[in-house]
Amino acid sequence: MQVPRYWREIPKRYRLEAAQCKKCLNISFPEKFSCPECGSRDFKTIKLSGKGKISTHTIIRIAPEGFNDQVPYGMGIIEMDEGPRIMAQITDCDPEKLKTGDRMIYQFRRIREDGSTGVIMYAYKFVPDVGI
Amino acid sequence: MRKLAIIGIGLIKWGELWEKSIRQIAAEAISKCLEDAGTDRIDAMTIGNMSGGLFNGQEHLSSLIPDHLGRKNIPAMRIESACASGGMAVRTACLEVASGFSDYAIAVGVEKMTDISGNEATYALATAADQDYEAFHGVTFPGLYAMMAKAHMDRYGTTRDQLSSVVIKNHYNGSLNPNAQFPFKITSDQVLKSPMVSDPLRLLDCSPITDGAAAVLITTLEEAKKLKKQPVFISGIGHASDSIALSSRKDILKLEAVELSTDKALKMAGKSIRDIDFAEVHDCFSIAEIMILEALGVVAPGEGGKASSDGLTGLNGNFPVNPSGGLKSKGHPVGATGVAQICEAVTQLRGEAGERQLKNIRTGLTQNMGGSAGSSVVHILEVI
Repeated sequence: MQVPRYWREIPKRYRLEAAQCKKCLNISFPEKFSCPECGSRDFKTIKLSGKGKISTHTIIRIAPEGFNDQVPYGMGIIEMDEGPRIMAQITDCDPEKLKTGDRMIYQFRRIREDGSTGVIMYAYKFVPDVGI
Repeated sequence: MRKLAIIGIGLIKWGELWEKSIRQIAAEAISKCLEDAGTDRIDAMTIGNMSGGLFNGQEHLSSLIPDHLGRKNIPAMRIESACASGGMAVRTACLEVASGFSDYAIAVGVEKMTDISGNEATYALATAADQDYEAFHGVTFPGLYAMMAKAHMDRYGTTRDQLSSVVIKNHYNGSLNPNAQFPFKITSDQVLKSPMVSDPLRLLDCSPITDGAAAVLITTLEEAKKLKKQPVFISGIGHASDSIALSSRKDILKLEAVELSTDKALKMAGKSIRDIDFAEVHDCFSIAEIMILEALGVVAPGEGGKASSDGLTGLNGNFPVNPSGGLKSKGHPVGATGVAQICEAVTQLRGEAGERQLKNIRTGLTQNMGGSAGSSVVHILEVI
C-alpha cells in the first residue's frame, strides 16, 4: 500500500473525526460528499466521543490476508452515542461473551502490517466500556 | 423500447476447473449458448466479471474473450458490480437490444477463482466491501452476513434450524442439477458439524469458491420467432444500489437495493410478486436467502426463516426458490452467477429441467446482488 492511501484517512482512523451537516445536523462517519439525509454540502468537523454500544457482532475465525495471526477476533458494528455506526474489531475480551447492546469504548490500536517493510497501520478498535 | 427475448443459453459444469483458463471456460459457455440458439450471430457482447485482475492477473476481458473465441472483432465490454456483475451484464445486453443499437447481444458471465489461494480469494472478494472502512479492519464477507444473521436472530427469533433448512433444500435441488459444483444432499447434522467461519455462520452456510461460466443470447421478440428454440420473454428489469458499507445502513436487515430493484422489475412487467411462480435468488449465505424472501415481498419482514423451514421454497412448495441448487450447491463463480440464474429460469420455463422441473410455471424471477446488497438486479422472465 502506498503511504498516502493510508495517511489521508488518519483524521478518521486516529481521531474519529466525523462530518456534521450544518443544515440538518446529521452526522456521517466517514464523511460523505453530500449529506445523505438532506443533500447539503455544508459540514463541520466534529470529534466523536468514542463511546457507544454493540448493534450487531460476530467472531471472525477465517481471516483475510494480513489478519491470520489474530483469529479468532471479535468484530461488530458499534452504534456511537452521537448516532453514526462504525465497523470495527472488538478486542481485550472474550468475543464469545459479547452481547448486542454491550457498552463499548474506543481505543487506538495497531490493525496490521503491510508485509515486513510496508506501512504499520493503526486505527480504532473497541473494548468493553467498564466505566473506568 | 423493443421487446426482448432469450433465445439461447449456455452453461458448463462448474467446479474447481484446474485444467482450464478463464478464456477457455468463457468460450465454452458462449459456444454452448450459440449451439442452443441455432445461430452464430453476435452483434455485441457484455462480459460479467468481478475481478479478472485479482483472481487471474488479467484485465481487458473485452479483447481476450472474443479473441480466444475466434471472433476478435466483436464489440465487447466488461461489466463489474461485484457478485452482481453477471446480472448487470445481462441487463446491459438487454439495453443494447432494447435500444435498437444491436439485434443480437450475448451476455457471458465468467469467474476463474482457483488461480489464487483461498486466503487471497477471501481478500479479492472482500474488495466488494468498503476497502477503507470495512475490509481495512479485517471483516470478511462471511463476517458481514454473520452480523446480519445475528441481528435477524436477535430481532425476529430466527433459528439455527431455519438457516439450515435453506442449505438442506438448496443442496437437495442441486443434487438434481448435473452442472452443480456440489451435487449432493446434506443433512442438518452435517451443517451443525461443519466448522464455524464467522458466528453464527458455519462453512455449510456459505457459498463456495468456484470456477464457472454461463452465457445467454438476447434478441428482439420478432427475431426470436425465426429461431428454433422456444423464446423466453424478458418482461421486467430492475436495478438499484445501496450504501457499500453495512455500517452505513440505519437498518441492516433492510435490503433496500433488493426491494427497489424488485419493485422496478415488477412494475415494468405489470405484475405483483403474487404473479411470480418461482425465483432464482442470491443465496451467497443461508441468511441471504431468508432476507431476500422478505425483500421480494414473498413474506413479511422476519418471516423468511419460518417460511423456509415450513417448506414454502422447496421444489413442491408454493414459491420454489433456487431450483438450480442456488449459489450454495451449484457454486458461486461471482461474475457468472447472475447469468446462470437466467439460464436456470429459462431451462425451467422451457420445461427442460429434468428431475428438478417445476410444474405449472409461466413466470420466473431472478435476483442477483453484489457485496452486502450494495447493488441488486432483478429480471422477470415469462413463457410466451
